[in-house]
Amino acid sequence: MKRVYLDNAATTLCDKRVVDAMIPFYTDKYAVASSQFSHSPGIESKEALDKARETIANKIGAKLEEVIFTSGATESNNMAIKGVAQANRTKGNHIITSSVEHRSVREAIESLEKEGFRVTKLPVSNEGFISVDDLKESIRKETILVSIQYANQETGTIQDIASIGSVCNEKSVIFHTDAALSFGRLPIDVKKEHIDLLSITAHLIHGPKGVGVLYIRDGIEIVKCMYGGFNEFNKRAGTENIPGIVGFAKAVELIGPEEIKYIKKLKKRLYDGITKRLDAVQLNGTQKESLPTILNLTFRFVEGESVILHLDMKGIAVITGSACFSRSLEPSYVLKAMGLSHEEAHGSIRFSFSRFNTEEEIDYTIDAVYDVVKKLREISPITPNK
Amino acid sequence: MPLPYSEKVLEYFKHPKNVGKIENPDAKAKEGSPACGDMVTLYLKVDEKTKRITDIKFESFGCASNIATGSIITELAKGKTLEEAKKITWNDAAKELGGLPPVKVHCSVLAVDVLRAAIEDYEERHGLIKERVKTTKEIVFKRLKHVMNPLVGLDIVKTNIVKDIEIEDGTISVMMDVPRDHQFANNIEEEVKERLEHLWDIKKVEVVFEKE
Ligand SMILES: Cc1ncc(COP(=O)(O)O)c(C=O)c1O
Repeated sequence: MKRVYLDNAATTLCDKRVVDAMIPFYTDKYAVASSQFSHSPGIESKEALDKARETIANKIGAKLEEVIFTSGATESNNMAIKGVAQANRTKGNHIITSSVEHRSVREAIESLEKEGFRVTKLPVSNEGFISVDDLKESIRKETILVSIQYANQETGTIQDIASIGSVCNEKSVIFHTDAALSFGRLPIDVKKEHIDLLSITAHLIHGPKGVGVLYIRDGIEIVKCMYGGFNEFNKRAGTENIPGIVGFAKAVELIGPEEIKYIKKLKKRLYDGITKRLDAVQLNGTQKESLPTILNLTFRFVEGESVILHLDMKGIAVITGSACFSRSLEPSYVLKAMGLSHEEAHGSIRFSFSRFNTEEEIDYTIDAVYDVVKKLREISPITPNK
Repeated sequence: MPLPYSEKVLEYFKHPKNVGKIENPDAKAKEGSPACGDMVTLYLKVDEKTKRITDIKFESFGCASNIATGSIITELAKGKTLEEAKKITWNDAAKELGGLPPVKVHCSVLAVDVLRAAIEDYEERHGLIKERVKTTKEIVFKRLKHVMNPLVGLDIVKTNIVKDIEIEDGTISVMMDVPRDHQFANNIEEEVKERLEHLWDIKKVEVVFEKE
C-alpha cells in the first residue's frame, strides 16, 4: 500500500545522512567527552560535542556556553520553567503563559501552580494569537517568567515573538519560548528577539529522537534539575548523548535554503486542492503568520476519528483534535482556546509536512480526503441539503 | 495492523449498513448532539398490525465505533417486533462486533440508545404509552447505567463511581466518587447531564465531584 506520512509535527523521519553521521559515535568513537587533559578518544569526543554545539549556537545567534544539550524539548521546557521559577522564588511568584502551550509547558507550569506559584494564562484570538497588550497588562511586580511558544503545534500560528521579547525586556521579566516546531522552519535570533530561554528538539527536523537543546542566555540563573556532575557548564549532569548530539547538528546542516519554500508550496497545494473540491471546510489558525509545515482544517458535519481511520486505510497518516481521538475524550484544548465549538473540533484534521513529502503525495491525499469526507457527510445527520 | 478495533468493527465502519434517512418514517429519534460530540439519528418503518420493523435506517456524526454499532444494531432490529427489538442490548451489539475498546464504549452506547428512543417515539405517537411518571432515584440510576466510565468501558453505576443521588425541587444532584481532576471528569459530567436534563420534571442537573 502507498504510504503518505503527514504527521511531521509529531515527529519526522530521521534523515539517512544523519544516521550515517551518528553511527561512528556508537561503533568507533564512543568515549565519554572529557577535558583536554584526558585520553585521546575522550578529547576526540569532546571536539565532536563542541563542534555540534557551535553549529546549533550559530543557527540561533547564541554563544557556545549558552547552548545546553538535553533529552528533548520536553526536558528543555521543564528545565527552563522549573529552573527559573526555583531560582527566582524570592523575587516573585507570578508566571505568565498562553492557553495553547504544548503539554510539556502547560503541565510544568501547572506543577508550579500546585506549589503555590500564581499563573496567568493569556487567552488567544480565534486565529490563535495572544495579544501583546494583554501581556503588557498582565505583567506585575511579582512576575518572574513569561513562557510563550514560538509557534503552535496544532495550528501552526506564529506568535509575535520579537514584540513579546521586547515587552519582557523592558519590564525585566525572563522570557522563555518553546520553539520546537519553529526551529529550522523560521529564522530565529535569540539576541534580536530578546529571548532568554529557548527550547528546541532534533526529531522535528529529521534528527534523532531524544536530543534537544535549552538555550540559556548568559546571566540567567536556573536551579539545576539533574544532579550528578559538571556536564553542560554545570547546568545539566549526565553523560552526553554524543551520537544524538552529532546527529542533531547534522540535521541542522542539512536544512537547505529551498526547503521552506518547497514545504510552503506543498501546504498551499493541499489547501487549494481540498477547498476547491469540498465546501464547508474551515481553516483553523491563520493565513497570515503560520508555519509552512502545518495545516489544520475542519471538515464540517463529520467526525475526525472516522476521517483519520479511513485515511489510514488508504495509507495516509494524519491526526485530529476530535474528542473521540483524545485520551481524556475531550476535544483539543488548543482549538477550544481559539473559540472553536466542540462540533468544529470534532471534525478537525492536522496535516503536517516535511521535505520528504512530494507533490504527488499531496494530490493523492486531496483525492482521498475528498472521497472520505464526501462519504462520511452522506451518512451524517447534520449535513445540510445532501 | 495493530488497530484497536476488531475486523468486524472495521468492516462495518468501511461498509456501514442501513445508513440514510427514511422519508415519512413511522418513528424517529436522535441521541447526542453535535455540541457535545457524537450524534446519531434513527428512523423506523413499522407494520401497524404485526408491530414488526419493516425498515430501519440511521445516520451518524460519530467515530468508528458509533458507525459500526449503528450498523449492527439496525441489522439486529430489522424484521423484529418492537417488543423484541426493545430487548436488544449494548452487549448483544458488542458481542456481534467482536468487542470494543473500553474507551470507545460510550460512543457505541448512543447507537443502542437511539433504537430504544425511536421505539418509544413510536409508542408515544401511537398511544401505546402510559402516564408520565415522576422522576425517582431508581429512574435516575437506570439512566446513568448508560453513561460509561471510559477507563474500563463499564457503566458508572456498575463501577461504583456514583456515590449517591438526590432529587429536590426539580434538581438532581449526582454525587461522584471521583475527583474533579480525574482524567475523564469533564466527559462524565457532560454525559451525566445529557442523560438527565431531558427528563420532563427536571430543571437542573448538578454533578458533584469528590471534595468539592
Ligand atoms: C511544540 C512542542 N514542544 C515540545 C515538544 C516535545 O518535544 P520532545 O518530543 O523532544 O520532548 C513537542 C513535540 O512534538 C512540540 O511539538
